[in-house]
Amino acid sequence: MSLPCGYYNVNYRQDMAIVRTRPHWMILVLGLVALLALPLFASGRILSIMNLIGITVILVHGLNILTGYCGQISLGHAAFMMVGAYISALLTVYLKISFWLALPIAGLGTGIIGLIFGAPSLRVKGFYLAMATLAAQFIIPWVIVNVRPDITGGSQSFRVPAPTLGGIVLNTQADMFYIIIPIACLMTFFAKNLARTRMGRAFVAIRDNDLAAEVMGINVFRYKLFAFFISAVFAGISGSLWAHWMRVVAYTHFELQHSIWFLGMVIVGGMGYTTGPVMGAAFIRILDEFSAILSPIVADMFPAIAGQVSAALTPIVFGLVVLLFIVFEPRGLAHRWEIFKATYRIWPFSY
Amino acid sequence: MQYFVTGILVGGIYALIALGIVVIYKSTKVFNFATGQMMVVGAFFCWSLMKWLGFPSWAGFVVALPLSYLIGLFVERLAMRPLIGQPLIGAMMACLALSVLLHGLVILVWSAYVTSFPTPIFPRKALTFGNIAISGGLLGAFVIAIIAFCVFALSFQRTATGLAMRGTAEDHELAQSTGVRVTSVFALTWGIAGILCCISGVVLADRLALGVTETSAIAFKVFPAVLLGGLDSIPGVLVGGLVVGLTESLTAGFIDPIYAQITPYIILLIVLLIRPEGLWGLKRIERI
Repeated sequence: MSLPCGYYNVNYRQDMAIVRTRPHWMILVLGLVALLALPLFASGRILSIMNLIGITVILVHGLNILTGYCGQISLGHAAFMMVGAYISALLTVYLKISFWLALPIAGLGTGIIGLIFGAPSLRVKGFYLAMATLAAQFIIPWVIVNVRPDITGGSQSFRVPAPTLGGIVLNTQADMFYIIIPIACLMTFFAKNLARTRMGRAFVAIRDNDLAAEVMGINVFRYKLFAFFISAVFAGISGSLWAHWMRVVAYTHFELQHSIWFLGMVIVGGMGYTTGPVMGAAFIRILDEFSAILSPIVADMFPAIAGQVSAALTPIVFGLVVLLFIVFEPRGLAHRWEIFKATYRIWPFSY
Repeated sequence: MQYFVTGILVGGIYALIALGIVVIYKSTKVFNFATGQMMVVGAFFCWSLMKWLGFPSWAGFVVALPLSYLIGLFVERLAMRPLIGQPLIGAMMACLALSVLLHGLVILVWSAYVTSFPTPIFPRKALTFGNIAISGGLLGAFVIAIIAFCVFALSFQRTATGLAMRGTAEDHELAQSTGVRVTSVFALTWGIAGILCCISGVVLADRLALGVTETSAIAFKVFPAVLLGGLDSIPGVLVGGLVVGLTESLTAGFIDPIYAQITPYIILLIVLLIRPEGLWGLKRIERI
């Protein structure tokens, strides 16, 4: 981590600081003010995209902790998100618990489910572990849909009430924006700090070489379970927000393809960078919006396939983008961003 | 007894799909998550040959095979070759991204509607033995699957190409130093996997229905079969496929068809917890 020229760390606090210089503080404050002022002048559509990005960022942070830092691949994160969404939905509907209490409960509950499906990491790793999470991706939605359809609504969608705060019902996109975005910012901050703790360093050691990590005295199984737990908590919180933002949950929102999308966001953003999930989630979601805008145009150009274009364009664009990133820039957008920052700092010199 | 026979027959088809996965894994150490989509593409090739060009069903089937071989080659050259030597997640994500991409392309070309072949490839008439009825389609699919399985399994054991492939599976560098062109073996394996996917896609589409989601979903049931048999074992694949098909069918028959949807994944979890390398898979010993 290089510093801008002319700034020196003279004590540990400065060395550990996330926000280092006065311009950093200014950018941060201005950025936050601009972000929070967005609902005043942005349209509902922009806000809904921002909300979707916020929810996704939380989940992808979780997945990045598990996959990017700890090196364990999960194909079941959509299912973990589903657990969070349903816990939160069921609690608020049947027990009449407020959303503010249901949110952390959903996070913890999902964390415990994550622990259960992380347990195979005791014996298996890498590809085999991915298979275990794939099993989670099929078993969890099946349980939710089939075991008590009278409670969860089965394969039907399940209506969720809007969150309330002191008698005010928060049901517009702007209201949800003020719930989702602060939580997303907090979770980003948490993820950033987690990566710098003892635990975060243990995760990186496990990712880089788990045998070597174990030899160095890191309890690999324990830290893998921690990674699963934290990752699932993130997924649960994001699921809970999703449920109360969409106001309806259904198993079709959390299928294998969504898990693949989340992994794609981690890859595109950059594994093992805290900025990665933010960039990846925003990039893919905006790309998705663009392909939604583009599809009627393509449909006009090729009327013969007009019916299929809208359904086909999104997966084609996503698959192509992720494939190109894996082949040409496997370290993702965040890595490019680091390169840009380094070049900017020392410009016009090359080093 | 009826469920038993159905289970065995379905298991044979699973084994064929699983063989395509194992062949690739053995030589390139990549698990092909795009199997399902490759099956769909192969089946749709056959469908278009029959529907658009008016081929009789058997001819459509036969001509679709080399086309799927080409698809396998394309996939290897464009997506997999640049990733040789990259970490596991890169290759895995590439396969997943590829499956999403193929999914989109299939929808673009053939639409997402569920169809079926204009003329069925296997007779629809059911054969009855005593009180067991076997649908002609299923039996034909099983026979084709087993024949294809034996042909490919034998060619790995008996031919020079098969020897090169097994050598590559053993050790890339050693194989290269004995004059095997490893990259062309990789290409060949993906091509063969393309053919295997095409066969299984066509027989499945003929038996059930041809749809981009429906047909590819079956591939996910095959992953447990692969792990049960062992990722790098060809006889294990046959056993794994049969076991998964059998348990699924028996669960559907004696307990509840709803439970049959997840039995393969429960088998998967049990295998992972008890014997992750599978029944006949090689156990890896790791050193730093």
